Amino acid sequence: MKPIRLSILALALAGITSAHAGKTLDTIKQRDQIAVGVSTGVPGFSAADSQGRWTGLDVDIGKAVAAALLGDANKVKWVPLASQQRFTALQSGEVDVLSRNTTVTLTRDASMGLAFTAIAFYDGQGFMVPAKSKVKSAKQLKGATVCVQSGTTSEKNLADFSRTYKLNLKPVVFDKFDAANAAYFAGRCQVYTTDTSGLASVRAKDAKDPKEHLILPELISKEPLGPLVRRGDDEWLAIVRWVVNGLLEAEENGITQANVDQLKADSTDPVVGRLLGKTEDTGKLLGLDRDWLARAIKAVGNYGEIYERNVGEKTPVGLARGKNRLWTDGGLHYALPLR
Amino acid sequence: MRALLWQALALIGLLAGLLWLVHNTQVNMAARGIQSGWDFLGQTAGFDIGEQLIAFDAGDSLARAFLVGLLNTLRVALLGILLCTLLGTLVGLGRLSHNWLLRALCRAYVELFRNVPLLVQLLVWYLLLVEYLPDSAAAWSWRDALFLSKAGLAFPTLVTGAGGWNDWSAWHWQLPALQDFGIEGGGALSPEFIAVTLGLSCYTAAFVAEVVRAGLRSVPHGQIEAAQSVGLSRRQTLRLVTGPLALRVILPPLTNQYLNLTKNSSLAVAIGYPDLVSIANTTLNQTGRAVECIAVIMLVYLALSLLTAALMAVFNRRVALKER
Repeated sequence: MKPIRLSILALALAGITSAHAGKTLDTIKQRDQIAVGVSTGVPGFSAADSQGRWTGLDVDIGKAVAAALLGDANKVKWVPLASQQRFTALQSGEVDVLSRNTTVTLTRDASMGLAFTAIAFYDGQGFMVPAKSKVKSAKQLKGATVCVQSGTTSEKNLADFSRTYKLNLKPVVFDKFDAANAAYFAGRCQVYTTDTSGLASVRAKDAKDPKEHLILPELISKEPLGPLVRRGDDEWLAIVRWVVNGLLEAEENGITQANVDQLKADSTDPVVGRLLGKTEDTGKLLGLDRDWLARAIKAVGNYGEIYERNVGEKTPVGLARGKNRLWTDGGLHYALPLR
Repeated sequence: MRALLWQALALIGLLAGLLWLVHNTQVNMAARGIQSGWDFLGQTAGFDIGEQLIAFDAGDSLARAFLVGLLNTLRVALLGILLCTLLGTLVGLGRLSHNWLLRALCRAYVELFRNVPLLVQLLVWYLLLVEYLPDSAAAWSWRDALFLSKAGLAFPTLVTGAGGWNDWSAWHWQLPALQDFGIEGGGALSPEFIAVTLGLSCYTAAFVAEVVRAGLRSVPHGQIEAAQSVGLSRRQTLRLVTGPLALRVILPPLTNQYLNLTKNSSLAVAIGYPDLVSIANTTLNQTGRAVECIAVIMLVYLALSLLTAALMAVFNRRVALKER
């Protein structure tokens, strides 16, 4: 709670003239560092290891933006935020971009002074139960107790689902992700609900034996996750938006972390030439230099590489690509064209 | 006269400062496109609440959700105040006992409970309950009427029949019974509620014990000797002489402890109890009205504290020395 109060205090004390366009970008360039809001620990998306190094899909997007804008993927200050602090932290300027498995919704986009940039991950809310409970469908959960984290879209989706199917589900709401996980694994709740990526992440991290927990087939909501920025600096918004789209375009055009330098030198493909700043200077339009996207790819790889490295099937989180495949492979990722 | 003028100026300065803060916050929020205002209280809540004293479902308004949270806070606070007073008084008396073992145990209790952070204590109570109690399918039961499990304590309740309140003959006991997912019917205390109430009571009781001990020790020894010399027993001395005298010393610091307990109940959110802070957190995130939700929390705790203090002041006046 304390950070929220501090952030509100910041709003109260901030100079009235401080919200002109371009402010965020100026501040970032001046301090030569981007403040990125991440989770307090969702393995695969954003989590710190024992040495304090942050890894994950959301983290890599932050690194890509830093590489494109500041020329160095390490010029980032990671700010771990609980889900109820995250929006206030972004509103008050504590972070420049929120890359924290956050669902884009109308309320958040229209009424909270925030703007979403691009969709980095297509998710949906699901349920996890102990395998020994023999439950095979969420519709069998009549009267069950459900552990859920506060400050998320999950709470509302759960109530909607419960009402639609007259399940009378009983929520137990925790303010911390870890507390909700602990309560579920201790057996306080028969069901755990959050986005399915979160369920897989929790199962990989906290379950004694991941096979003892089953993620039910029903998805009860659409959860498009992506980075958000504060309103009032459209140039900054554009940079974040096009870095995410650029990483997707790179995958579509076969540019990888390994071959980006060589393609930049040899490729005659006009699309590749444009993306890597060889034939056209897209960076100039964004207020960046020619190599912005090449640097981002060099730092973290294309979207597919980021996905497989952090949450793919070979990782402990073990999520199949599914809806997060490119549109050319039957998925939902349809990058806006970089031209 | 001059002093009065300075005081008036200071007051005006303070009010102007506060007004500037409010105005500046509003302007800044508007400039950043953050909507504000109190209209959101009328919106549909859209979320469920795990335990409630008044009927509530996701279709009700956010104002009613706040009321549910407030009642949950009051429930914990009132029961906590009652329990910590009983336990604290017993431990306080125990610390003055002539029995060495009892005295040492009571001292150990006070030192243990007042020196471990409350949040840690709450988590320990909660983990003890949800880790070590059996699943609801294998609940410990007493005569098939009381069930204790990870789902909490289920107990029978007296309910009216079809005829309503007036039809006395139709009143009957509704027994809790095992269902697919936990225990249904009758009444239930959730493990969250039990953990919060126990945690707050035991923690505050340690402070109450010290207040009680200090109060009793403040009675001049001459009074006790006088009581004994007129032939009162130890029990009578406590009830008729030291007790009433000590009460005057005990009440003001006891009020502080009651206020602390009420405010500390806001830690309940850490172990999933749907108190006012928990509901306000959820609302804050559904609507984005951070300033308003924090203001509600502050005003409610302020009002509760002032109310408690006022009630205790009335009680204090009644036991105070009457000067005639």
